[in-house]
Amino acid sequence: MERPLISVSGLSKYYLENMPVLKDVSFNIESGEFVAIMGHSGSGKSTLMNILGCLDTATDGHYYLEGRDTAALNSDELALLRNRLIGFVFQGFNLLPRSSILDNIGLPLLYAGKSKAERREKASMMLERVGLAQFGDRRPNQLSGGQQQRVAIARALVTDPKLILADEPTGNLDTQTGGDIMKIFQTLNEEQNITIILVTHEADIAAHAKRLIRVVDGRIATDQPS
Amino acid sequence: MIIGSLLGEGWEAMRANRMRTLLTMLGMVFGVGAVIMMLAIGQGAQLMVNESIASMGSNLFIILSGSTSAGGLRQGSGTVPTLTLADAQAIGELPEIAAVAPTLPNNAQLIYASNNWSTQVSGTTPAYLEVREWPVISGEAFSDSDIRSATRVLLMGQTVARNLFGDENPVGKMVRVKNSPFLVLGILSSKGQSLDGRDQDDTVFVPITTAQRQLFGNQFPGMVRFVMVKAKSAEVMDKAERSMNELLKVRHRIHPGQEDDFSVRNLTAVAQAAAGTTKAMSTMLGAIASVSLLVGGIGIMNIMLVSVTERTREIGIRMAIGARRRDILLQFLFEAVMISLAGSFIGVVVGIACAYFFSRFNDALVVVTLSSVLLAFGVAVAVGVFFGFYPARKAADLKPIEALRFQ
Ligand SMILES: Nc1ncnc2c1ncn2[C@@H]1O[C@H](COP(=O)(O)OP(=O)(O)OP(=O)(O)O)[C@@H](O)[C@H]1O
Ligand SMILES: [Mg+2]
Repeated sequence: MERPLISVSGLSKYYLENMPVLKDVSFNIESGEFVAIMGHSGSGKSTLMNILGCLDTATDGHYYLEGRDTAALNSDELALLRNRLIGFVFQGFNLLPRSSILDNIGLPLLYAGKSKAERREKASMMLERVGLAQFGDRRPNQLSGGQQQRVAIARALVTDPKLILADEPTGNLDTQTGGDIMKIFQTLNEEQNITIILVTHEADIAAHAKRLIRVVDGRIATDQPS
Repeated sequence: MIIGSLLGEGWEAMRANRMRTLLTMLGMVFGVGAVIMMLAIGQGAQLMVNESIASMGSNLFIILSGSTSAGGLRQGSGTVPTLTLADAQAIGELPEIAAVAPTLPNNAQLIYASNNWSTQVSGTTPAYLEVREWPVISGEAFSDSDIRSATRVLLMGQTVARNLFGDENPVGKMVRVKNSPFLVLGILSSKGQSLDGRDQDDTVFVPITTAQRQLFGNQFPGMVRFVMVKAKSAEVMDKAERSMNELLKVRHRIHPGQEDDFSVRNLTAVAQAAAGTTKAMSTMLGAIASVSLLVGGIGIMNIMLVSVTERTREIGIRMAIGARRRDILLQFLFEAVMISLAGSFIGVVVGIACAYFFSRFNDALVVVTLSSVLLAFGVAVAVGVFFGFYPARKAADLKPIEALRFQ
């Protein structure tokens, strides 16, 4: 059998002693899956996502990404993983306010060492794919929330990652716009076989996924196909 | 990360906070401006001293007469002539000595047509020009036969020539010195300022015998005020000084323990000391100015620290999409160096302008050299890197998740 893209075992996270935010979390995610994570506010979903995205480290347990123990990697190797393997989509968009839309999308390619021409070309291509081709020269604050989130998706996709981590990507959007964003994710998953892990509070958003993990007080309560 | 994009990012960041960037740059502007100006003034002073030294002549001694004590009352050197033409001649025969010029200076009024000019008129011998390395540029010098027959001829410095004759050629004209007619034999080349700031071209030379017998009375017949001596080479200067002291002690019958009635001064050593002092002074000026560079650097560090804090979230975003530690480090370091370089550039311009105005209004020489400009830029980069490093490292050492969560 092929090794899983993500393999988590016995994962715990403590910010304070005796107050675990994640407790003994274990699961595997195969390449090409579309997973939704749900749970109450404060149950540890974002904490888990940050660890999966190599932005944060677990206190205990193991996290294997493509078979590699992330605890053994140094900060440059983790940066490389975030750059090439993972694309982030945040609830708050997290675009650079001073840079143009095209520059925002091309930024991961800058850290991948690509030339300016290459960055612009790829960024334009991604922008077109999220349907915002005409907005390339604007600043983020000149776009609506839904448009900004599509830009964020374009940025996440620009390095052709295998894994998209989206923490409440529709949390700041209305139902209609949220649905549009979800369609983009669904297409990426179905047509490009990109693995998607998505945190949401809304059941109809989670319904787009093929697997649902419920977190309660830092533990995995249920893990089943949806 | 690619240099071009570092430049672009730095430029964007500088533009985003225009006022703040400008104020930060101001520290560097003043620092670099001060360094450039101080170096220019210092180097100008050095150049002036060096020119004066060069105009003095090399391997030079001056023997002053005087410091005699009359009834317990001591008088300054040179007030009473104790040196004679014969002393000068005897010194000239020492093996270390190249040329000797006994000199009797005084002041007199010169008149030509309706112009008059008061200046120093010195009696001396033809050797004076050799000792001082002072060529005649038009006409000719007086000769030994002029000395023997005490003829009324003179050599004129350029300031005197200009004031008496204007555009006219003085050579061959007659001028009146203390009401006696003198023939202008020649014009001396220009020497410029002496070390003590006098105009060396404001002078006239006549044969020493003429000065003694015809111009300045007979208070001390056969006496000279001082003797200029040129040694044969720099190596024999010490030996020449000893020989002259011994010779004059014998000739003046100075007993051991008795005070000399003359003094031998090594002018070349004095000049070198002056050059050393000037150099030390200009180095010190530069050092003092560098303190303001330091202050400018601290300003940069301060602003970069503020900038890092303000942009913590941006740093977090960059890390989340793959920026490595060194990408962040370089970005902030580059920004600091860019601010510092831009400030330095303005500072160089301001410094040069200030130095120029300083020279206009103070009649001082200032010299801006390429090396001092390059030095200023070099120091600016160093200041940017040095003071930018701590904030940049602070940015680079942020943990991705903490930077992202920062409000
Ligand atoms: N830096 C931190 N220091 C201390 N406690 C923290 C920190 N970050 C999160 N926590 C705590 O960890 C718990 C889980 O937080 P997390 O952000 O993972 O929740 P979440 O499931 O994403 O909630 P929500 O749905 O509201 O986003 C919360 O109780 C929170 O207070
Ligand atoms: Mg959350």
